[in-house]
Amino acid sequence: MYPLPVEHWKPWSRALYKASLPVALFVWLLPMLAVLITSIRSSDELSQGDYWTWPKHFALIDNYGAALTQTPMLHYFANSMLITVPSVLGAILLASMAGFALATYRFRGNIVVLFTFVAGNFVPVQILMIPVRDMALKVGLFNTVWALIIFHVAFQTGFCTLFLRNFIKQLPFELIEAARVEGASEWTIYARIVLPLIRPALAALGILVFTFVWNDYFWALCLTQGDDAAPITVGVAALKGQWTTAWNLVAAGSVLAALPSVLMFFAMQKHFVAGLTFGASKG
Amino acid sequence: MSTSIARLPTARGRRASASGRARHRAAFFFLLPGCALFALCVIYPIFSSIALSFYNWDGMTPRTFIGLANYVELFHADTFYLALKNNLIWLVFFLLAPPLGLLFALYLNQQIKGMRVVKSLFFAPFVLSGVVVGLVFSWFYDPAFGLLKLIVGHGIPVLGDPRTVTFGIVFAALWPQTPYCMVLYLTGLTSINPEVVEAARMEGAKGWSLLWHVILPQLRPATFMAVVLTVIGALRSFDLISVMSGGGPFDSSTVLAYYMYDQAIKYYREGYSASIAVVLFAIMLVYIVFHLRRMLREER
Repeated sequence: MYPLPVEHWKPWSRALYKASLPVALFVWLLPMLAVLITSIRSSDELSQGDYWTWPKHFALIDNYGAALTQTPMLHYFANSMLITVPSVLGAILLASMAGFALATYRFRGNIVVLFTFVAGNFVPVQILMIPVRDMALKVGLFNTVWALIIFHVAFQTGFCTLFLRNFIKQLPFELIEAARVEGASEWTIYARIVLPLIRPALAALGILVFTFVWNDYFWALCLTQGDDAAPITVGVAALKGQWTTAWNLVAAGSVLAALPSVLMFFAMQKHFVAGLTFGASKG
Repeated sequence: MSTSIARLPTARGRRASASGRARHRAAFFFLLPGCALFALCVIYPIFSSIALSFYNWDGMTPRTFIGLANYVELFHADTFYLALKNNLIWLVFFLLAPPLGLLFALYLNQQIKGMRVVKSLFFAPFVLSGVVVGLVFSWFYDPAFGLLKLIVGHGIPVLGDPRTVTFGIVFAALWPQTPYCMVLYLTGLTSINPEVVEAARMEGAKGWSLLWHVILPQLRPATFMAVVLTVIGALRSFDLISVMSGGGPFDSSTVLAYYMYDQAIKYYREGYSASIAVVLFAIMLVYIVFHLRRMLREER
């Protein structure tokens, strides 16, 4: 194991190491703590210029209540959900089908299709912006959640296909052969045999794509206008412009915007990291 | 040759090719929805943008072909070089994330009680949206009441000064990127061969030379991923710039991605904007090709 495990360290350097951890963590997360504390600080304290002391009274309910009722935060939040959940499901469905095809069938052009998906994933999104916006306008989906859903599904499918294709390739191929001998249709093999086996990979991808789509700002800016279909990232950024003095409200909004992906991450940490580091240990 | 014997292999051959055809058909239908959507929303727009870069278009009236005029204008625009310079600054300083991530990973790669929680708390900034990170650091830098003022003692308008604004934003961007690299290295560290490390220790290797000659070579896949993802992240930088400075003051913190967006959305110069995107794409293509060649080697 590297570095040398602390059990083999000199006692006092071990103690020092353990003591350094909370300090390092505090400094690292300080910007986040500041926002959390500001989000529960009362407006009175803020107007007195009290930004950094421990709040004297907590205005948790006041601030979050105000952020939810006096601003369209709840509406943005709902939009984000309406965009993110279908995008995740759509991307995973399409990618599992494409990944299954690329992993189990041998045909000419297999590698080309796979590489196109991978390459598309690295493309700077800016080169897609004008045509995608134009298409959305032409078919009347501009400023609806549908434009964002369709686009997110298309863009995430590339990465997800590569991920699932590699995962399915590692499954024992005899399973699929055996099912074929018993006369199972290709669809049955996909839906009844492969899908249940790749459930952990689907979970890892789902959570990853959820945070990617939830945190998206660029496409939301390009494909929406005004409040109708704007997700929470756009909402919080707009809040900053409109409520420049009410920092506690903006902070509460930021916390609400961050909450779903942070909760998702802490709830499904192992899956999340497995998805993210896919490729870091082998080749 | 009797007919019954002659028919047997052909019949079997036909059955095999029939099931082969069925499989080809299945492959086609499984691939169709994903490929069609991908072609429509990703592949087609790339070519459409390249074509558009030779036109003058405001997004509403019919477009007019103007040849290379957009590129000529672009290569004579001061803002283009400013954006390019800022992209370079981003690239250089953003590449601090992999070594910093390695440092964090080495610091945290211990098995003591509660370490899992510590690791995930260190990682938490990565899960935040660029908008939230941008807001958090706008507070941090605020010259009237920011944390930076509290630490230094006097307010420094980091985001209001053309000389410091880009550095201020890259610093904020390192906050989520470093833990990303950290996680890549932590995963890499778990798959290190312990026998090699023990053997090297027996031979008296320690400290820097152990890290450099024994550990780092084994972490190559992690380093490769961290560098590729960081370079792409640097070229894609948009959210933080948009939230923290809006490209300002006086375009001083703009990058190609933001310059392009600004020209298209604010000034309705779609053709010119497309030419900026094409330049950005061309730069990125170097990395895409590099990455794909590596993948192709592994597939063989």
